[in-house]
Amino acid sequence: MKENPLSFQLKLKPEDFLPATEEEKQSQVIMRESVGFWKDGFRRLRKNKVAMVSLVVIILVMIFSFIVPSFYPYTYKEQIKGANNLAPMEYSQEEQARIDAGESVFPHIFGTDKMGRDYAIRVMMGSRISLLVGLIATAIILVIGSAYGSIAAFFGGTVDLVMMRIVDIIYTIPDILLIVLLSFTLKVPLTTLGESVPGFHWVNIVGENLISIFIVFALLYWVGMARMVRSQVLMLKESEYVTAARALGVGNGRIIKKHLLTNCIGTLIVTTTLQIPSSIFTESFLSFLGLGVAVPLPSLGSLASDAVNGMQTYPYLLFIPALLISLIILSFNLFGDGLRDAFDPKLKN
Amino acid sequence: MAKYIVKRILLAIVTIWAVATLTFFLMNLVPGGPFLSEKAISPQAQAALEAKYGLDKPMFQRYLNYVTSAAHGDFGDSLKQRGRTVMSIITMKFPVSARVGGLSVLVSLTLGIPLGCIAALKRGKVTDSVISVVATCGIAVPSFVICTVMMYFFGVKLGVLPTMGLETAKHYIMPVTALSFYPTAYIMRLMRSSMLDVLGQDYMRTARAKGLAGGKILFKHALRNAILPVVTYVGPMLAYTITGSFVVEKIFVIPGLGGEFIKAINGRDYTLIMGTTIFLATLVIVMNVIVDIIYKIVDPRIKLK
Amino acid sequence: MAEYLVDIKNERLSFFTPAGEVKALNDVSIQLKEGEVLGIVGESGSGKSVTAYSLMGLTAHPGKLLGGELHFNGHQIEKMTDKEMRKIRGNEISIIFQDPMTSLNPVYTIGNQITEVIKLHTDKDSKQAKARAKELLELVGINEPDKRLKQYPHELSGGMRQRVMIAIALACEPKLLIADEPTTALDVTIQAQILELMMELKDKLGMAIIMITHDLGVVASMCERIAVMYAGRIVEYGTTDDIFYHPKHQYTKGLIRSIPRLDTKEHERLIPIEGTPVDLLNPPEGCPFAPRCDAAMKICLREMPPVSAFGDVHYTQCWLNQKEEFEKGASHE
Repeated sequence: MKENPLSFQLKLKPEDFLPATEEEKQSQVIMRESVGFWKDGFRRLRKNKVAMVSLVVIILVMIFSFIVPSFYPYTYKEQIKGANNLAPMEYSQEEQARIDAGESVFPHIFGTDKMGRDYAIRVMMGSRISLLVGLIATAIILVIGSAYGSIAAFFGGTVDLVMMRIVDIIYTIPDILLIVLLSFTLKVPLTTLGESVPGFHWVNIVGENLISIFIVFALLYWVGMARMVRSQVLMLKESEYVTAARALGVGNGRIIKKHLLTNCIGTLIVTTTLQIPSSIFTESFLSFLGLGVAVPLPSLGSLASDAVNGMQTYPYLLFIPALLISLIILSFNLFGDGLRDAFDPKLKN
Repeated sequence: MAKYIVKRILLAIVTIWAVATLTFFLMNLVPGGPFLSEKAISPQAQAALEAKYGLDKPMFQRYLNYVTSAAHGDFGDSLKQRGRTVMSIITMKFPVSARVGGLSVLVSLTLGIPLGCIAALKRGKVTDSVISVVATCGIAVPSFVICTVMMYFFGVKLGVLPTMGLETAKHYIMPVTALSFYPTAYIMRLMRSSMLDVLGQDYMRTARAKGLAGGKILFKHALRNAILPVVTYVGPMLAYTITGSFVVEKIFVIPGLGGEFIKAINGRDYTLIMGTTIFLATLVIVMNVIVDIIYKIVDPRIKLK
Repeated sequence: MAEYLVDIKNERLSFFTPAGEVKALNDVSIQLKEGEVLGIVGESGSGKSVTAYSLMGLTAHPGKLLGGELHFNGHQIEKMTDKEMRKIRGNEISIIFQDPMTSLNPVYTIGNQITEVIKLHTDKDSKQAKARAKELLELVGINEPDKRLKQYPHELSGGMRQRVMIAIALACEPKLLIADEPTTALDVTIQAQILELMMELKDKLGMAIIMITHDLGVVASMCERIAVMYAGRIVEYGTTDDIFYHPKHQYTKGLIRSIPRLDTKEHERLIPIEGTPVDLLNPPEGCPFAPRCDAAMKICLREMPPVSAFGDVHYTQCWLNQKEEFEKGASHE
């Protein structure tokens, strides 16, 4: 290594060799802003274009199913005379006459169905029902599943064994059987409840089948969530930082609040978000089989199911709800994926 | 190993018994019965029918009778399809569903595993994005949507594919495609994420440091570790798929077990419901045991308990 | 170039992450003769492992070699195709990783994983490869080799697994063994055993070793030469004696002050190096160590110091050494 380091290209002055001050030193240190878990996650989520687009789609669908129907000139039950089976943007003869007379008539954007009901409002109501089922069912699943799972994991041993065996059995019974049986069983008591007990009249409007669907969700579909929460809690229970906290004398309540909950909550949010599309999926499937909401209330699945027979002549009646249901499920899935990418610490790189 | 299998069989029997019991009482507690919907028959004829099938006896008595004969392999006669045993209906309908279902599982494995691997290997590139988007769409579209849309375009509009029945190979195309849509997409996603996980492991670096070629690293070192989640998923999935999908069988008019089950439920064909439920439960449990054993073979760290 | 087994000249390497370019290596030069042991010392993220991996052509995904030459045993590494590189990896250069618990594939037996590399680089058939594997296990001090060959990694202890990793590395009698913190994940008693084993095997097989570590104690006992790395640069390079008894860089001095010694008095405290390592996404303009350096001068914050050499093999990059020269020069005028 024969290099002459002192071949100065650079003019040095004696003052260059004076000690640097602390401030001068610090000015060189560019500290990267340290960000917390949530802030960091949200920043990553905002950067994820696919997730953001999905969120916008979800919000738009929500506006169209919850807000727009209140301003819409038609209702989902209203049968317009002479307006049966209109194609999209077509008017009935009577409506045409009114337009010719100078009146303005709101167009049937998606046409009408065979009973003369405006299809656009039916689709909007249908997605309202589908979204409601998705959200409420997911809430039920979240509560039951996480309670069951964490109890099993927390007590462990025999309790855990028995509780998980029950989960296995529920998993094995064909869900379609339980749904049908339950909706038959619940029909009579629910109808009586709706008719005789004041304050429960809504039961009849919503329909016994829909209530049965919720009960079935409550009885059946929490098992996946319970397994997830259980494994999460078990993993955390044995993790080193919980042992460390315990060794430092931290109490049970504080461990659960500070360590278990904060570490679980990310996974829980993600699983919940991904459970919503799966609930909507199941509801549409049940409605398609004729086990869903009561007529005249529409859901996207029942709209599609009704349209199957007329598929050859009126294919748009089938495609509109079919596409919408796929779009809703897709956006929830993509948004859930985005959440997971943003908040799962294991996927950070 | 032998001890493990004995233990699993005993456990399986307990589970099946629990499922059967639960189903039996649920079914019988529900108001209504198999012969109520047949309006044409007189009360006397109905009573006679009920007596013939033992439905007039107390519920617990019937439960004991059923369990005893089921334990001897006798699942009784169908209540609605006169003169046919539950066994004969299952053995006739199951092969139909199993052919369609088996084919679709095959399709989803042969497509899903390689595509998932490719997506993981091309992580962040265009190929990965395309595969991931397709997979996400695949799990987002309900099967009835796929069925009806395909039916409209290929069956009605273009008229290239038959829309009902299963007579020729061509008849299989639409139902198999519709059935394999979701599992293919799901396996792709599963495979991609587990492959990504494995690719980041230290032993993959060791394999590269040994001087092994890319193909050998992928097939020998990565695939065997990455396939485990897929094995777990495919086991029960296979059991559910080969017993028939209600939607696909309904839309394409396929005489399979799935449609038969719905018919039995709606008609309260108690014996057929019981038989099919027990059959399905057994299949799921057997698949789970097989999955556990395959797991043990693929991953020596797993201990069978 | 034949006089050196390894001759890395002015290597520059960056990782292109979504957040920007991380300059992992800046003008890194390393020479190593056959049979020598070189220690590379530095804290996490200083570029020790990156240097070693790039020599094997194992640079991880967003990393890119931007300049410099990497000579090894007559090969010019940076110009070789992946196919040519594969013939060298595991054969002429081998590596042992930090964590033996995760470095072996859990689903294959020990025997399978050792014979794999033998069959890849030699003409031996399965039977001969198995015999060689057994021989290797004996060489690395594993008892009952026949039984071990049939076992899976999870059935072995950490120290045992690291011995297996060494056996795999030595299978083809490499010219160079890279040990990437081989003892960090092990118990102290096992650490000593593994280091002893490595030195013993070095004498037996005559290979050169690059020992990557953050433990100065390890390099003191094993290495002939030491390179001290900081922020992707070699800040000081010299023989073990040079580094320990005549350190010229403030960082090296700090490292030595922070090791506990037998003659440390009870009331004396170990002196830690204050501050945190630099962010390689935004490296400072001048000397990267300046913000943490007690003796930092104004020039340190502005300009990267040139190399000052002390004899043939000892050189450093620090303005303090330039200061003496400058003052000498100034007094002459």
